[in-house]
Amino acid sequence: MHNLFKSISVRKAQGSQFIPDLAAAIPVGFRGKPLISEAPCASGCTACQTACPSQAIALAPVQIDLGRCVLCGDCESLCPSEKFSFNNDFKLASTSRAALTLSAAQPNIDPVKVCAALRKRFGRSLKLRSVSAGGCNGCEMEINAWGNVNFDLGRYGIDLVASPRHADGLVLSGPISRNMVSALQTCWDSMPEPKLVIAVGACAISGGVFADCDAIDRRFLETFKPSLYVPGCPTHPLTFIAGIMGLLGISS
Amino acid sequence: MNAPLLSCQVSELEHSALPEFAAACAQRLDAGERLLTLFGRRDENDSGAIVVTAVFQPAGGSLTVLRASALAGEHYPALTASHPSAQIYERELWEQTGLTPDGHPWLKPVRFEGERQQRMADYPFFQVRGQEVHEVGVGPIHAGVIEPGHFRFMCLGEKVHHLEIQLGYQHRGAEALLLRRPPLTLAASVESVCGDSAVAYAWGYCSAVEALSDTAITFETEVLRGIALEMERIAMHLATLNGLATDIAFVQGTGTYGRLRTAMINASQRVCGNRFGRGWLRPGRARGITEALRQDLIKTLAATATDVAGINDLMRAALSVKARFNGTGVVSRKTAQDLGLTGLVARASNVAVDARGLLPGRLYAQRPIDSLTEATGDCWARMVLRMREIDVSIAWLLAILSEAELDLSADHFNSAVLCAPLRPQALCVSLIEGARGPVVQVLETGDRGQLLHYKLQDPSLANWFGLAMAVRDNPISDFPICNKSFDLSYCGNDL
Repeated sequence: MHNLFKSISVRKAQGSQFIPDLAAAIPVGFRGKPLISEAPCASGCTACQTACPSQAIALAPVQIDLGRCVLCGDCESLCPSEKFSFNNDFKLASTSRAALTLSAAQPNIDPVKVCAALRKRFGRSLKLRSVSAGGCNGCEMEINAWGNVNFDLGRYGIDLVASPRHADGLVLSGPISRNMVSALQTCWDSMPEPKLVIAVGACAISGGVFADCDAIDRRFLETFKPSLYVPGCPTHPLTFIAGIMGLLGISS
Repeated sequence: MNAPLLSCQVSELEHSALPEFAAACAQRLDAGERLLTLFGRRDENDSGAIVVTAVFQPAGGSLTVLRASALAGEHYPALTASHPSAQIYERELWEQTGLTPDGHPWLKPVRFEGERQQRMADYPFFQVRGQEVHEVGVGPIHAGVIEPGHFRFMCLGEKVHHLEIQLGYQHRGAEALLLRRPPLTLAASVESVCGDSAVAYAWGYCSAVEALSDTAITFETEVLRGIALEMERIAMHLATLNGLATDIAFVQGTGTYGRLRTAMINASQRVCGNRFGRGWLRPGRARGITEALRQDLIKTLAATATDVAGINDLMRAALSVKARFNGTGVVSRKTAQDLGLTGLVARASNVAVDARGLLPGRLYAQRPIDSLTEATGDCWARMVLRMREIDVSIAWLLAILSEAELDLSADHFNSAVLCAPLRPQALCVSLIEGARGPVVQVLETGDRGQLLHYKLQDPSLANWFGLAMAVRDNPISDFPICNKSFDLSYCGNDL
């Protein structure tokens, strides 16, 4: 009986935690979308490229590839011309790899457009199998958060499942370590058609900070193009949620 | 000295031949010193030679380094034969350099790197034979969203006779990567080695390159790093408690610990922009905490303390929890010592190892933090120790955040730090007690101050074998809770 009262007290403290409107959520302090100003670069300066851990920055004109960017903010700290800043915009996902490149002239990522075919098949039920292939447990912990008491993605019929046989989509995190190549392929082959790939995090999209490592093999993604690229390091749950809701045309 | 570390010139170290080195290591192990790490690298001047480094931690003393110059392909008598705590280091040494410890009882690759990549299937697992004997293999991909690893259970009926753990699936080549970029711009890369311990890794990296570049940092910077680390510890312990509750279907624990962890990582994000503390620590600096943020953190931590107490109380009192965790997955104190287990897992088996107390450095010398142990070494002990460590961390944070005379608002950013050259021919060992245990990083510079070697070592490396011991003679159905109670890192092991 004593435990029952304790349980009620814990339940009361828990309150209501789910975020009613996920699209309108504000992740306070989140270092999200990079902004690139029109300020001219100091002559011959490459400070941002030296600082960048994942070769995400191109010069003349200055561009940031969000598929590589780990949102570390080191370019912001080191640029003498204050060209870089970041805001808490989490809507960073895209269906196009090329569209992830931002510059002063192209400051925004186009909102993810509804895919009619995917909406028809998976708009009310999408079961996903997560595979970490060299992930650092950052993206994996954030993927786990999709279904927690705050984000509660299950409310839209989007769930992570244990068996690839039950899955409609593969959620790939990590740069694809060579030692995971075979298991990743087996998992993919075990998933019934039709199926899609979602690349979560800078590592999965581009190799991230590990792009130059000897022990990764990214050929899987040459054969199976992701339907959705979800940037971040790790990917903020809201970034994935906004992307998948856009792709499937789910309104909150 | 700033963070706990050892920094010296390579010329100060005596280089012995491999057999004498092994004998000297055995002597120290006989004397009860802990082997913190043992590893090798190719000699930069002589392709036929291997430089071997061992770091020992004597009880109550400072770190000691032993070095050897070995010939490529050389054999030596294995330390593991008489000192099992060396087993994983000798396996790694053999895998990475080809030096062979003769008489090692289990010379299996640690992570199937280099030429052994993708050859995991070739390796013969242990086998048991007999009536009622069967094997169960799970992984590398598991049912939940976790990192990959393979577990091969050899069972007698429902009882686990032995578990063989095979890792390496996460191997990315992180150590080699860190030699390719300017040494003072590696923070974001180091944070990605083991992303759930980003702060512990970043702190160890920062303190090492600061020591090697003679960069002084303020006490306030050190305090900010300590705050980041304890917040990481609280968040990770809450994540493990969440997992433990989930694995025994203690649903209220799942929901509550999950919510409390969210509050903690969101607080980190408000300070540094990232829920995992990425970007908080950089060489020479740490992001500051403004007065508004300080009040915010105090409020968040105080609320967390109250709610954690409530759910801990409930979980500890529940018969269903006691029934599953008490006496399950026991690692005796002797086993923990013999195997050189470390960090929280060792402390739960009554081995008092906590770098924050044993090698306090400037921060913990001035602001000590309690180091705790549990006696029973079972899943229950590992659960309760996490609960108690959360309480200690919150109390420490609240005390330090309430010190009016500490001004934590400044960032002390100085871009000149990033151009500072590293001292040539120097060796630096840094040690940070992360949520799982000591994160060890050993950096060595060459004659131009370039990085010659970057050794990374997660506490999980030593502790995985402890999990194999814990599940022996337990029902196989208790493996998930044993595994979760250890909560080890795959990528930290695989690098």
